[in-house]
Amino acid sequence: MQETELIRKDILAYLEQHQQKELLRFVTVGSVDDGKSTLIGRLLHDTHGVYEDQLKAVKRASTRAGMEIDFSLFTDGLKAEREQGITIDVAYRYFSTAKRKFIIADTPGHVQYTRNMATGASTANVAIILIDARLGVLQQSRRHAYIGSLLGIPHLTVCINKMDLEGYSEAVFNKIKAHFSEFVGQLGFKAVTFIPVSALAGDNVVHRSTGMPWYTGPTLLEHLESVPAAEDINLSDFRFPVQYVMRPDLDYRGFSGTIASGVVKKNDVISVLPSGKTTRIVAIDTQSGELEAAHAPMSVTLRLAEEIDISRGDMLVHPDNLPASGRRFDAMLVWMSERPLDRQKSYLLKHTTQRVRAEVEQVAFTTNLETLKQEPATRLELNDIGRVTIACHRPLFYDAYRGNRGTGAFILIDSLTNNTVAAGMILSGDAAPETRDSQRPPALERAHSQVSHDERAERLGQKGCTVWLTGLPASGKTAIAYALERRLFDSKRLAMVVDPDDGLSTGVQPDGSSPWQTPELARRATDAGLICVFAYASPLRADRDAIRDTVGNERFVEVHVDTKLAVRKQRAVRGDYGPGHAQPSEEAPSTPDIVVSLDDGDPELAAHAIVQVLVKRGLLPSLYSL
Amino acid sequence: MLAPADPQKAVDLRLTHLRQLEAESIHILREVVAEFERPVMLYSIGKDSSVMVHLAKKAFHRGKLPFPLLHIDTTWKFKAMIEFRDKFCRENGFDLRVHTNKQGVEEGINPFDHGASKYTTVMKTHALLQALHEGGYDAAFGGARRDEERSRAKERIYSFRDRYGQWDPKNQRPELWNVYNAKINKGESIRAFPLSNWTELDIWLYIYLESIPIVPLYFAAKRPVVEREGTLVMVDDERMRLNPGEKPHDELVRFRTLGCYPLTGAIPSSATTLPEIIREMLLTKYSERQGRLIDHDEEASMETKKREGYF
Repeated sequence: MQETELIRKDILAYLEQHQQKELLRFVTVGSVDDGKSTLIGRLLHDTHGVYEDQLKAVKRASTRAGMEIDFSLFTDGLKAEREQGITIDVAYRYFSTAKRKFIIADTPGHVQYTRNMATGASTANVAIILIDARLGVLQQSRRHAYIGSLLGIPHLTVCINKMDLEGYSEAVFNKIKAHFSEFVGQLGFKAVTFIPVSALAGDNVVHRSTGMPWYTGPTLLEHLESVPAAEDINLSDFRFPVQYVMRPDLDYRGFSGTIASGVVKKNDVISVLPSGKTTRIVAIDTQSGELEAAHAPMSVTLRLAEEIDISRGDMLVHPDNLPASGRRFDAMLVWMSERPLDRQKSYLLKHTTQRVRAEVEQVAFTTNLETLKQEPATRLELNDIGRVTIACHRPLFYDAYRGNRGTGAFILIDSLTNNTVAAGMILSGDAAPETRDSQRPPALERAHSQVSHDERAERLGQKGCTVWLTGLPASGKTAIAYALERRLFDSKRLAMVVDPDDGLSTGVQPDGSSPWQTPELARRATDAGLICVFAYASPLRADRDAIRDTVGNERFVEVHVDTKLAVRKQRAVRGDYGPGHAQPSEEAPSTPDIVVSLDDGDPELAAHAIVQVLVKRGLLPSLYSL
Repeated sequence: MLAPADPQKAVDLRLTHLRQLEAESIHILREVVAEFERPVMLYSIGKDSSVMVHLAKKAFHRGKLPFPLLHIDTTWKFKAMIEFRDKFCRENGFDLRVHTNKQGVEEGINPFDHGASKYTTVMKTHALLQALHEGGYDAAFGGARRDEERSRAKERIYSFRDRYGQWDPKNQRPELWNVYNAKINKGESIRAFPLSNWTELDIWLYIYLESIPIVPLYFAAKRPVVEREGTLVMVDDERMRLNPGEKPHDELVRFRTLGCYPLTGAIPSSATTLPEIIREMLLTKYSERQGRLIDHDEEASMETKKREGYF
């Protein structure tokens, strides 16, 4: 190999050459069956990206029959992956040639790993998709191309693999190429390249195939060495999200960050967002000295002519080239969490160097990954891709992701679990100009709770509900209510009792019916996530229905305390059943959740039965956890 | 950083791969410092640490490093490493913290009697967790690279660790673009790896390009060694236990990686300059971890160690 010769004979020339290399990132998608791991193993092996001891270890572990080296063993890194023979997570691989250094994001291809492909694709310049020549275009090939285009990868490379098993047939290659071109043509890639290969035999991966003289295009490696890399960086719109304010002493104040896009020169006039103040750049600093100009993706420190209050999250731009700004925008989301999207909940949104609270106001549609058709939807689950409207609590400065990956991308973080739950790509604001805040007079929005029921339920380990005990006087409602409260409290749950006879309540009606504010009280306590136990006699069905309507049927538990008259008489201390008293009566509930009584004199038994109902209704997690 | 670019000429607006890696690392360093309260940088004295510290100096070029350096001293490091560390930190005015697992020292844990695996757990992993806990650090920079080992290839740049410092490879946060998730609860932490995307060759090219100082042990010299199971072990001090009949002899050797001397194998070499080292590395057939005895204990041993809290 010439390279080895150069290393041996003239290492200084080699070093000179390798300092000038470019960087190219690509993502490979597919499952073991497509031969993806074999392809990567082949690339690493044939470019000497694998050392002898690694090769030996892999040879030792190669168990698949008839194969000297199982190339996939180079790539599956985790114990569980090797045990199960599947790729679980994105892995990064490296190799280099005299022209370029390559970073491979190796992602598994199963449908449930959409999030992994999105992760690997987010930084890639090229997507490599494998198609098995025997099987032709599969649904997953389309899905992978779609996700690649969604994440804004400019170049798509389609390797039609296992050509050796199809007799290196040009006709097979052309047929698949024609078939797939039709589909990917609509996806907006800058360029699509088809290469016939056999990863196992090494045809057209690094070395040219002798079996396919009809193919005159580049091998995969030649293609990767020549596909444009730097041209994909947006160099027209200067965007500088301030990352860190460098203030080591009183004499120096610089704003550090990575140029997200564009070019900046010394003496440029710039605007600071959000303040809108304008000033001039006096120096572009780096440790090795000042620069006349800098461009994406360099990390630099800018010094400004005037003392302006600027902090992390602000953005420096040219005044004649401003990004969009606003609190609301439309975006495509890839949902990455086991917990589905909760539209009532506020998430943390991280965009460039700032973090804001944000809600997903609306889901417009999801893309069915089988048919790639849009389907109406209201929620997003793990691996769903959908279009949504995001509302942030502060305005963001952004560009459409299509034209600017750096300022068009964001992630959503669940503030309860701290997990990254979604990746977002901002769509062009032009598509829906009426929703752009910048063109709308600012309206005062009513403040509202930013804690959703689900979040509360998760924190408290219970769902807020109203347990309504109804029953004739002296049937034991309060005794049961307090027993229930104690039982829940001892199980680390939060409950409260509203007891009209505790001597503190006002507005109790002599007939045991509840005061007019009760439905509102029940709703608020239930919203707060409490299990609130009410012990009003409430003989009127209309009273109870009012509560049920206000609280919501799914959060309302009706308990009929139906104790025998003899016991009631025995328990009565206020003379409800004494002489001269009208016999109390009630409109008994027709379909209560449960009927309990104090006939055996033990309120704990009744409380236990009610707890079981709460579990059955899904308001408490499970009996075992209690 | 880069030769002044003329924006008129498109061809000048591209960065070489080293400048891109450099910019990416600086971004990570600044991002961690901006988003965490108490970051610390793990400093192992090796070549990767030298590069990481050099990048940190670039990221915070006008001021002092906004975090201390932490060295986990197992007491079995090469003498030349400790000398280099002290001189390097003194000259640069770094805030160096050194931590040793005192309990391990009291119990006499050493690589000869307790085996590489147990020794590493006590003197490195436990020591590290103690030091991070005592310092109350919520983020720790490490110089690990993804090309070093198979399980590293799957690790995030922001690697989340629970309150016991443990890594859960099946439950990692998705990491997209250069938008990192720094949210943690009290007691939890992030290990941040600014060199994730660098390879061994990149590290050496960069050391050469930037004239970064490294420990002299990387360069060939005559050193006293004994041969054990095909590995050359340097006799760095009198604690080295010699087997019956074993006699140290001087040989021209150097080290490809540095760790604890009884566990780090030397290679025969006459490379005394950086270009010679790079040439040797390029022509060699073996990966750098081969010289480290700790990785061979069991299949997937690195993954196991990392789950326990190792870097």
